[in-house]
Amino acid sequence: MSNEVVLLDFWASMFGMRIRIALAEKGVKYEHREEDLRNKSDLLLKMNPIHKKIPVLIHNGKPVCESLIIVEYIDEVWKDKCPLLPSDPYQRAQARFWADFVDKKVYEVFKGVWLMWAKKGEEHEAAKKEFFEIFKILEGELGDKPYFGGETFGFVDISFITFYSWFHAYETFGKFSIEAECPKIIAWVKRCMQKESVAKTLPDQKKILEYAVQLRKRFGLE
Amino acid sequence: MEDVKVLGFWPSPFSHRVVWALKLKGVKYDYIEEDLPNYKSQLLLQYNPVYQKIPVLVHGGKPIAESLVILQYIEETWPENPLLPKDAHERALARFWMQFGLQKGPIFVAFFTTAGEDQEKATREALEALEIIEEKALGDKKFFSGDSIGMVDIAYGWLAYWFPCMEEAVGLKVLNPATLPRVHAWIQDFKEVPVIKENLPDYGKMLAYMKKQRAKFLSHLPSLNH
Repeated sequence: MSNEVVLLDFWASMFGMRIRIALAEKGVKYEHREEDLRNKSDLLLKMNPIHKKIPVLIHNGKPVCESLIIVEYIDEVWKDKCPLLPSDPYQRAQARFWADFVDKKVYEVFKGVWLMWAKKGEEHEAAKKEFFEIFKILEGELGDKPYFGGETFGFVDISFITFYSWFHAYETFGKFSIEAECPKIIAWVKRCMQKESVAKTLPDQKKILEYAVQLRKRFGLE
Repeated sequence: MEDVKVLGFWPSPFSHRVVWALKLKGVKYDYIEEDLPNYKSQLLLQYNPVYQKIPVLVHGGKPIAESLVILQYIEETWPENPLLPKDAHERALARFWMQFGLQKGPIFVAFFTTAGEDQEKATREALEALEIIEEKALGDKKFFSGDSIGMVDIAYGWLAYWFPCMEEAVGLKVLNPATLPRVHAWIQDFKEVPVIKENLPDYGKMLAYMKKQRAKFLSHLPSLNH
């Protein structure tokens, strides 16, 4: 039975990075296709007609969309190696809860800082406060564990680590230091970056900053 | 004293999702009504410190929050009467549609909490979402999950009962049986499923509650410019 795997992706997308990490952890061979988001391919529009977004995993011709759903799918299909979700239902529920928290809250506060870069004073301070509230909650959840998943790198780690590639950009926009406020998060980041799947997937933070600056100019946020 | 507890709120479609799933699987549970929005109990704050919201499922003293997370936990813990397909790709598709409902939620909230131009926009967007649900999510199937109800149907339960009530409270009809025949048919079929039929809040009571909520939202809106 053929096992054709294609990933429609965009190099700077923290959501696409999640899939690359998951596939690397499982040792799955796949074809990586870089999308030009300003000129989306026919394949992307066909495989994700509802949202027209990356990432899309195409497995034997069938598309799977939405990054966390894709990661769960990868975990279920390639189940013999490197489990990404715990086997215990309660632990799985906790993993889904926290990955969902990352999607709901981290992305939201990132957007808040993005928009607040050009603003000053109260609005900037409010965005910064919200940002760190969310990060502190995550730091609390991490506690003294090496990974969010406990002893092993897993679903929640994958969902959050990809935001690290954008940290430098947000620290520049927000004029703050994540390490100063949340040292445990940075310690966790360094631990994750020692994994080959993570280190090889995450793009250089300076490149992301350059890209982010370009984006801001394009959207007239400068 | 049951080992399974549900913290809920009678008009919430989200706590109903949990009740339906447990009943469909024949799981016994104790239901604890939270007196929202007046008061968040110590139990709620203890069991869901992050969001402080219902529903919360507590199993053997261990809490789980977020209704879609709870539904998957129920599915994995009590595998009888499965609510998700066996095939991994079909499961991913089911999750996709549940996620879609979640993503479009704010549109329906805006429909209920706004007026004027904002509400017109929300109404247009709601119709777009409903058309996608009609054509792509439901298609030719009786239920989202096929011949019998499953997790996706449970996730869209709000559409079958709460949304028509919202339409009445707001005084705007969006779901036209002529233009959305499949969704309309699904709504009738869904409400007839015994577990669902026997576990819905009283319509009159809910309409009164929604009308009160609607009046509150309207009173908080900035005055409309002429």
